[in-house]
Amino acid sequence: MLSRTDMILGAPLARGRAALATLTAVSVLALSSAAAMAQDYDPQAVVNIGSLYEPQNLDNTQGAGQGINEAFNGNVYEGLFVLTDDGDVEPKLVDSYEISDDGLTYTFTLKDGVTFHSGETMTSADVKSSIERVTAENSASSRKKTLAVIDSIETPDDKTVVVTLSAPSISLPYNLSYVWIVNDDAGDISASEDGTGPYTLQEWRRGSALAMVPFEDYWGEEPTNGGVMFQYFTDATAQNNALLTGAVDIITSVQSPDALSMFTDNPDFTVSEGASTTKELMAYNDRVAPFDNAQVRAALSRAVDKEKLLQAIWGDYGTLIGSFVPPTDPWYVDLTDVNAYDPESAKEMLAEAGYPDGFSFTLDTPDYDPHPVVAQFLQNELAKIDVDVKINIITANEWYTKIYKAHDFDATLQEHVNHRDIVFYGNPDFYWGYDNPEVTRLISESESAHSMEEQTEMLTEANKIIAEDAASMWLYLYPQIVVSTSNVSGYPLNGLNSQFFAYDIQKAD
Amino acid sequence: MLRYILRRLVILLLSLFIAAVVLFVLLRLLPGDPANALVGVGATPEQIAAAQAQLGSDQPLGVQFLSYLGDLARFDLGNSFVSRSSVLDEISRRLSVTLPLTLAAFVLALVIAIPLGILAAVKADRWYGLLLSVVSQVGIAVPVFWLGILLVYEFSLNLRLLPSGGFPLRGYADPGRAIESMVLPVLTIAIVMSASLMRYVRAATLEVLGSDFLRTARALGESHTGALMRHGLRNAAVPVVSVLGIELSTTFLGAVVVEQVFSLPGMGSMLLLGIQQRDYPNIQGVLIVSTLLVLLTGFLADILQRVLDPRLRKEAR
Repeated sequence: MLSRTDMILGAPLARGRAALATLTAVSVLALSSAAAMAQDYDPQAVVNIGSLYEPQNLDNTQGAGQGINEAFNGNVYEGLFVLTDDGDVEPKLVDSYEISDDGLTYTFTLKDGVTFHSGETMTSADVKSSIERVTAENSASSRKKTLAVIDSIETPDDKTVVVTLSAPSISLPYNLSYVWIVNDDAGDISASEDGTGPYTLQEWRRGSALAMVPFEDYWGEEPTNGGVMFQYFTDATAQNNALLTGAVDIITSVQSPDALSMFTDNPDFTVSEGASTTKELMAYNDRVAPFDNAQVRAALSRAVDKEKLLQAIWGDYGTLIGSFVPPTDPWYVDLTDVNAYDPESAKEMLAEAGYPDGFSFTLDTPDYDPHPVVAQFLQNELAKIDVDVKINIITANEWYTKIYKAHDFDATLQEHVNHRDIVFYGNPDFYWGYDNPEVTRLISESESAHSMEEQTEMLTEANKIIAEDAASMWLYLYPQIVVSTSNVSGYPLNGLNSQFFAYDIQKAD
Repeated sequence: MLRYILRRLVILLLSLFIAAVVLFVLLRLLPGDPANALVGVGATPEQIAAAQAQLGSDQPLGVQFLSYLGDLARFDLGNSFVSRSSVLDEISRRLSVTLPLTLAAFVLALVIAIPLGILAAVKADRWYGLLLSVVSQVGIAVPVFWLGILLVYEFSLNLRLLPSGGFPLRGYADPGRAIESMVLPVLTIAIVMSASLMRYVRAATLEVLGSDFLRTARALGESHTGALMRHGLRNAAVPVVSVLGIELSTTFLGAVVVEQVFSLPGMGSMLLLGIQQRDYPNIQGVLIVSTLLVLLTGFLADILQRVLDPRLRKEAR
């Protein structure tokens, strides 16, 4: 399970969150209790967080997995920018910045008075070496590619960093939110840390727990709790039991709806849902017949009742999306009406496309949840329009070699976890082989946009086109569910990029 | 006896060597390159090549094998591909959970199984003797994870007496909580293990009960219990000890499941994680150390058997 999510596109499982208040289905109970607790929390209380994602090591450029983002992003390490809970990018260690008119030079002025946990003051040299840690040859960071556009980094003085790009990159601040600022004297940080965040690492016992305590010389606001302990579980049931028995106060993500019933009807617990960025989809191989025909893809999309599927898998949780873009991406628009469920027209479209008697294809299905169940559902639905689905169960490793590398497949199921990953549709060499020159142009040019608005406009356009084209079949967006005891509040509902900011968590006696 | 021990030691080392070779080959037969697992699916071929070079998985198999053997001889198990930390350190940390777990469960199982097994044999014609054998039969059929879940349900969720899982951050430096978190896992293993042990003890005792030497001892005027204690126990112990050796090894390996149920940071969870991540040094390390422990247990059981039964010592010459 762990390695599986780590593997998918080399990026952490970005557990979603809701940018829009309407999407955040916090129960009334949760709101009222959160308000009541706000006054009388214990600032010394240690918050115990249960998680299934233990980091493999403590260095996010060395294959540490999503667990390190959960534990350390914003808590122990900070970036020049922060990706907030709402999906916005805001300055963190940067005081102000300027972009040259050609979009090629970014000049960052750093905040004053920021110290590392070791006591040293943060300077521009630390920032330079931190960015270079991510782009270094031996870095295994999934962000390496997006930062390859950086040509040079200069440090004219202690407070100024000048980044020169080889091509304009409107997403640079966003991409820099993934870069930890690490003391350049820290050396190997795979088992220790030297960041600027509100917590310092107290102790990490592999296979068990990781404890953090507030950093006394923190430049910003001090945490509203006396420390955080991440307790790691290998088994979701054990994690749920720990919450039930009070051994932990919060669990960061619920992976199965079955477990929820014991918390939803219990006033001792708060169940909160945000929209995630994890998308379940059937990716066609758009290079091969009949999936090279947009009409066929659209017909298939209309033949599947996605609402029923979501209900079957997640009950009342989760969200339907008409495209690849989750609501937390700035270029989200509601596209659920495009190629919506309509079996009658599906049959007609298929006939028009030259398949009046349907056809048959093999669906390569990863062997872990929820894919096998989804595959069976699709098999039933598509049989109704005479499309015969042959389910072929494969392992995550086979998926990687056969589909991701060799592109040897008709269609496959996969979950895509990243925030802002519509860019995959602008790459005709990506495994699903979607090749629409207009989309490729919009996506590649959006990076050189002069403003965020322009970028958003172009990507929204691309988003609409892929939906019309039914480039893939987007089934649903996973829910992001956090459960806590009801005396705990102030935690992020979400965790974009797996983040779990702990400093605002309050725990009442 | 000394010669036997020496010969047995040589066999132990040979077995260990063969196990090491088999392990190496089997692991390399697994599909998937650890470099892929390390850098993730989105990685470029260059990143994968760099990771391979770093891990040494781009070297020819022969070279990998020789360096592996050389390291083993120096008892250097290398560093984990994933965490970069020393495998041996990690194993010793993990053993500090798994060994006490297994041994405590083993001792507890003995304490339960020996008296009950003897009772079941001696009173085989009474209703409680029968009940004991039925209970032990049922106990054998119970899957260990299921029993673990039941115990958690009752003692953690209902009664709130014991933690449902996990291990304290400071380990044994926090002795109260460390022991608390071990109680249910130990009970789980001990109950399942004692069920099968009880059957062996019962069978061995029944055999002794029907033996000529016991009848002779009774004829010489010893009481039934006295004869059983003086002559019966030692005779019944011989087959039981050989079973014990096997049981202890199985328990050690079976701890994988229990550690999973209770989220204990032991060898089992290290092995599972290692396999998921294709972390060869971790997998090899855990399996080699496990093999060594199993071989050692068998070795000790064999020696103990010879101590108990002089007839075996003669044959050994």
